[in-house]
Amino acid sequence: MKLAVCAGPPTCGKTTVLRQVTKRLLAKQKRLAFLKIDVQYADEDEIFQKEFSIPTRKVYSGELCPDHCNVMVLGDALRWAEQTAADILLVETAGLCLRCSPYVEGLLGVVVLEATSGMNLPRKIGPMLSLADVAVVTKIDLVSQAEREVFRARIQEAAPGTAIVESNALYGIGVDPLVRRVEQAAEVIPPLFLRGNPPIGTCTICVGKKEIGWQSHFGVVRALENQNFYRGE
Amino acid sequence: MSSLDALDSRIPPSTRRIQTITILGGCGKNGVPEQLRRVDLKMGDIVSVVGPTGCGKTTLINDIELYANGTTPTGRTVLINGEPHPEDYLADPSSNPIALISQHTNFLSDLPVHVFLETHARIRGVASPARAIEETVSFANQLTGEPIILENAMTELSGGQTRSLLIADAIVIGNSPIILLDEIENAGIHRTRALELLKGYEKIFIFVTHDPRIALLSDFRIVMRDGAMQKLIVTKEEEKGVAQEIRKLDDLLLGLRQRIRSGDELDSSYLNEKLHELGYVA
Repeated sequence: MKLAVCAGPPTCGKTTVLRQVTKRLLAKQKRLAFLKIDVQYADEDEIFQKEFSIPTRKVYSGELCPDHCNVMVLGDALRWAEQTAADILLVETAGLCLRCSPYVEGLLGVVVLEATSGMNLPRKIGPMLSLADVAVVTKIDLVSQAEREVFRARIQEAAPGTAIVESNALYGIGVDPLVRRVEQAAEVIPPLFLRGNPPIGTCTICVGKKEIGWQSHFGVVRALENQNFYRGE
Repeated sequence: MSSLDALDSRIPPSTRRIQTITILGGCGKNGVPEQLRRVDLKMGDIVSVVGPTGCGKTTLINDIELYANGTTPTGRTVLINGEPHPEDYLADPSSNPIALISQHTNFLSDLPVHVFLETHARIRGVASPARAIEETVSFANQLTGEPIILENAMTELSGGQTRSLLIADAIVIGNSPIILLDEIENAGIHRTRALELLKGYEKIFIFVTHDPRIALLSDFRIVMRDGAMQKLIVTKEEEKGVAQEIRKLDDLLLGLRQRIRSGDELDSSYLNEKLHELGYVA
């Protein structure tokens, strides 16, 4: 079985891209399973179930950060997908975290970016872009060709090794190169590892300490005037 | 114009090869096959697409821009030099020989004009970027009332400045051999100056237009109705004669418009004087 993990800022067109990919893979007789991870609301699982009649699941990360949740549930999700006899598991993440990335070492990671989101976006979103295998640029019909070219150059600057696919996903134009990447992706062979480095240390904020100011926290902390330093035992 | 010669030498060999675009007809709105089954455009042609609002003019140029291969809603096929387009045309926009300037294209980029143009010139491998940028801005400034300032953000440009810069960038920096312009007459730019400048370039220009002056300046025009290409009209000598009269009337109207814009009041003696100059009244 193959795995493709798709990230990207909210409303960038992840679902539209994945629907086009799904449509084309099903036409090639591939069996698919679909997992949506989001924080508190998602209906993509129902959309995919209704439109394509494929097995779908959704997970709300709730109190966990969504990429953290992805690491936790992905092992189970792969077993679930295998039980449904899927050839490919497509995972659509919440796409919020600009510190982490949800991609798995050796397996396909796709980021979706909108052409309309401003020239600095590629510089802002960190490993979500730089660790992706493929960057899909959506909504290209809304900007001039010159802007598409400059946006592309900005992506290449931030992520020199990432392949770029431009698409008008509503029409399904430009999606074929991504479909080929999914078809040619590596097979899932455990153990699997997260591609990026997680944040440093144990986070007191993640475990529920809410007080403002580094003096109230321990582990790797940071003051306005200092770089990171260690505080505690 | 000496700067034009310099531009020609910059056309990369890969794009110089484009000789023809062929549009193979598909179906109109109600699924009826188009009457016009095939249109061939060759390098240097200036073509207009005409027809009432909603008749499918913009859809036609979108099909061209997408190199339709029978899978767009119209079922049309677009061929370059008689063959399906090379895949890299759509994979990498800087290899795409077509530039579309649409009615609603706006710059969304938050970069200053000069950074944007410098980046674009670098991507396109322009030999002397500084000169190309100067040329682009001076081209654009001939089309717009208010000059473009290099330090301004792209998003601060007015509608007319935006359209002017898009056209100038596509022609000078992009150097695209095929340029599609959707209703340039609504772009808030000096369109007669634009036509004069554009005529100096060896490219395929396709205008979607309601403007008789632009339509009659074209070598031929495609007439659209109900989403379908109905017929092709070659501009004959008689129409070119009519075009001369349209030019006079149009200049008259542009003169009046200019007076309104600059806050003047109009009076009948001004109008009579102009009509007299044109030989329309004794």
